[in-house]
Amino acid sequence: MFDWRWDFTFEILPRLLQATLNTLAAAGIGYGIAVVLGLVFALAQRTPSRIVTMVVRECVEFIRSTPLVLQIFFVFFVGPQFGIRLSPWVAGMIAIGLHYSAYLSEVYRGGLESVPKGQWEACTALNLSTTKTYFRVIIPQALPPSLAGMGNYLVGIFKDTPMLSVIGVAELMQAANAIGGSHYRYLEPYTMVGIIFLAISLPAAGLIRVFEAWVRKKLGMN
Amino acid sequence: MEDMSQYPLELSGPDVPMVRFMNVTKSYGALTVLDNLNLDVSEGEMVTVIGPSGSGKTTVLRMLMTLETINGGVIYVDGQPLTHMAKNGVLVPADAKYLRRARSSIGMCFQHFNLFPHMTALQNCMEGPVQVLGLPKAEARDRSEELLSMVGMIDKKDQHPSRLSGGQQQRVAIARALAMRPKVMLFDEVTSALDPEVIGEVTGVIRKLVAEHNLTMLMVTHQMGFARDISDRVCFFYQGKIEEQGPPEGLFGNPQRERTQQFLSAVKAAD
Ligand SMILES: Nc1ncnc2c1ncn2[C@@H]1O[C@H](COP(=O)(O)OP(=O)(O)O)[C@@H](O)[C@H]1O
Ligand SMILES: [Mg+2]
Repeated sequence: MFDWRWDFTFEILPRLLQATLNTLAAAGIGYGIAVVLGLVFALAQRTPSRIVTMVVRECVEFIRSTPLVLQIFFVFFVGPQFGIRLSPWVAGMIAIGLHYSAYLSEVYRGGLESVPKGQWEACTALNLSTTKTYFRVIIPQALPPSLAGMGNYLVGIFKDTPMLSVIGVAELMQAANAIGGSHYRYLEPYTMVGIIFLAISLPAAGLIRVFEAWVRKKLGMN
Repeated sequence: MEDMSQYPLELSGPDVPMVRFMNVTKSYGALTVLDNLNLDVSEGEMVTVIGPSGSGKTTVLRMLMTLETINGGVIYVDGQPLTHMAKNGVLVPADAKYLRRARSSIGMCFQHFNLFPHMTALQNCMEGPVQVLGLPKAEARDRSEELLSMVGMIDKKDQHPSRLSGGQQQRVAIARALAMRPKVMLFDEVTSALDPEVIGEVTGVIRKLVAEHNLTMLMVTHQMGFARDISDRVCFFYQGKIEEQGPPEGLFGNPQRERTQQFLSAVKAAD
C-alpha cells in the first residue's frame, strides 16, 4: 500500500522546485503589498477624521471576517462583471495582499499604540511635522514590537499561497495537482509539497527572530 | 462665548513681555484646572512655579508648549498670539499650521526626558535642526556638539539613551531643546525622576543657562533651595490660581498668604 517511488520523485522534483520559485514570488509580492497597505490602513485609523477611521475600521473587520479563498474568487471572477479583467497573478496578488494587509494593520496598530505619549510630546516640542513625527520617531519605535507579528504573517501568507491555485496561479500546489492528475499518482507530489513548505517555514521562523534581534540592536533598543 | 474683541491682535508698547497669559482658563470636562490665569514673563526672566501636586503647574507649561488647547483667554509669545490667530480683525483659535509657526520659539524639557530611544545623543540633538530648521548636517552637528559639551555630555554623544543614566539623559534632553534656539525654555520637574545624587548635574546645567544666557525660562520644580537660588520670581500655585508671587527672598523668607506658609512648612518638614 505504501509504494513510494523514488524515480518518480526525482523526475517531478525539478518541476516542483520551479513552482516553488513562483510560490516564493507570490508570497513575497503579496507580503510586500500587505506591508505597505497595512501601514496605510493603520495610519488611516489614526487620522483626526472620525469618518475615515470608521470606514477603514469596518473594511479591516470585513476582510478579517471573510475567508481568503472567497476574496480570491471575488477579485478574479466578480471583477470581470464590472469590466475589470485581471490575470490570475494580478487578481491573486491583490486578494492575498489585501487580506494580509488587514491583519498587518492590526499588528501595526498595536505597535503604534505602544509608543509612549511622551515621544509625541517631544516631537511637538521640537516642532516636527506630523509626517516626520511618524516616519522618523513613531514608526521606528513601533517596528520592534510589531516584528514578531509581522514574521508570523509572513509565514502565514507563504502557507496560504496554495489557495491561489483555485484561480490557476502556477504555484507549488497547482504544479502538484497537475502532476498528480497527469500521472495518477498523488502521494509523491503532495508529500514533496509538504516537505518543501516545512523546509522553508521552519528556518524562516528562526531567521525572523534573528532579524528581530538585529533590528532592536540597530535601533539601540534592547 | 467669550468676547474676543477685548484681546489685542498683538502686544505693542515699550515693555512687551516675552510671555503673557491673559485670562487663561483650562478645564477637563467639569474640572477647571486653571481659572482665569494672568501671568507675564519678561524677556530673560527666570520664573519658577511651585505648588502642591495637582495645582495646575504642569498644565501651565503644556499650554505654552501647545500640548494642550485652552478653553478661554489668550496666550501671547513675544507679542504675538500663540493660541489664536487674527482673522478679519479678531482672534480665532489657531489652526495647526499657525501653531507650528507660533511654537517655534518655545522649547521644553520633560520630567521623563522623552529622548528618542532609537537615536544616539548626538542624533537626538541634530533631529530638530536638520528636520525642522533645515540646517545642513555639518552645521547641525557643530551646533549639537557644542551644546553637548556645554551640558558635559560630549563624551557620550554616540550612546543611545538606554545606555545613559537619568541625569545624563536629562542633560542630553536640555541640549536637544536648546539646539532649536528657543526664546523661551520650559522645564517641568526635570529633576523629579532622578536619583538624588545626580540631581546636581542637571540643576548645574540650568544654573549655567541662567548665568550665561539671556533665555526666558519658566520652570516647575519641587526643589525649593534651587528655586530660591536662581529664580527672578517665584509663583505659588494653589488650586489653579496664583496664590502668591514675588522675588524668591520674599516668597520663601516672608510668605504673606496662609496657603503659602502651609505649603512651605509642609515641604520643609518632608525634607
Ligand atoms: N489629561 C487630563 N485629563 C483630566 N484631568 C487632567 C489631565 N491632565 C491633568 N489633569 C488634572 O488637572 C489638574 C492639574 O494637573 P497638573 O497641571 O498636572 O498639576 P501639577 O503639575 O501641579 O501637579 C489635576 O487635578 C489633574 O488631575
Ligand atoms: Mg506636574
